[in-house]
Amino acid sequence: MVFLGRLRDLAERDEMALPGPMDWQVLLQAVPSSVRDALQDDRVRVACGGNLVADKSQLNAVDGDEVALLPPVSGG
Amino acid sequence: MRLDIRLLDEPFAPDQAFGAFTVAFRESGGIASFVGHVRPGNGVTALELSHYEPLTLPGMEELARAALARWPLDGLLLWHRVGVMRPGEPIVLVAAAAKHRRAAIEAVDFVMDHLKSAAWFWKREQRSGEWHWIEPRPEDHADLARWST
Repeated sequence: MVFLGRLRDLAERDEMALPGPMDWQVLLQAVPSSVRDALQDDRVRVACGGNLVADKSQLNAVDGDEVALLPPVSGG
Repeated sequence: MRLDIRLLDEPFAPDQAFGAFTVAFRESGGIASFVGHVRPGNGVTALELSHYEPLTLPGMEELARAALARWPLDGLLLWHRVGVMRPGEPIVLVAAAAKHRRAAIEAVDFVMDHLKSAAWFWKREQRSGEWHWIEPRPEDHADLARWST
């Protein structure tokens, strides 16, 4: 699991390994509570295996997938 | 039609890249460009742009294809920095070559508005030795809405 942008500061780490399979509820329980609160923001998107997940609550990651937590972009 | 899309983690010279672009497209009737720099002021000593490899470059390529679908372009160049930059350093260069000027000018404007609001970059700036994340600005989304018709 990879933390991007300000989520990296909230998590106090760049990444974290979790066993698969992993759904959104498992992920929410696994991350620090500061990150969990931030993930409630609808603008926070999730990518799994390099692809954006349309509805993050439907996340279904398997062993080996990289899950990225993407806060709102600040643009180039 | 040629595309040149790059993510750069080292400083680059927009004048040289643009010079080469104008040579490569000397047959095009019009070439437009935009160069963005790290804006000095507000006590900012550094700007850091981070990205997410699997999404950022593919997103830039998709944006370039959207510009091509909209305007008849001969060539499009889109170079974007990531990493830590100092005030005055170039962040982005966009250049478009077309038969006629308006397509080139509008394509550059379109690409910049999308980069500023919808590209996968996260920015933070350093002031007085402390890093501050930069939030999305409503103006950027308003700029994007210009193209939704």
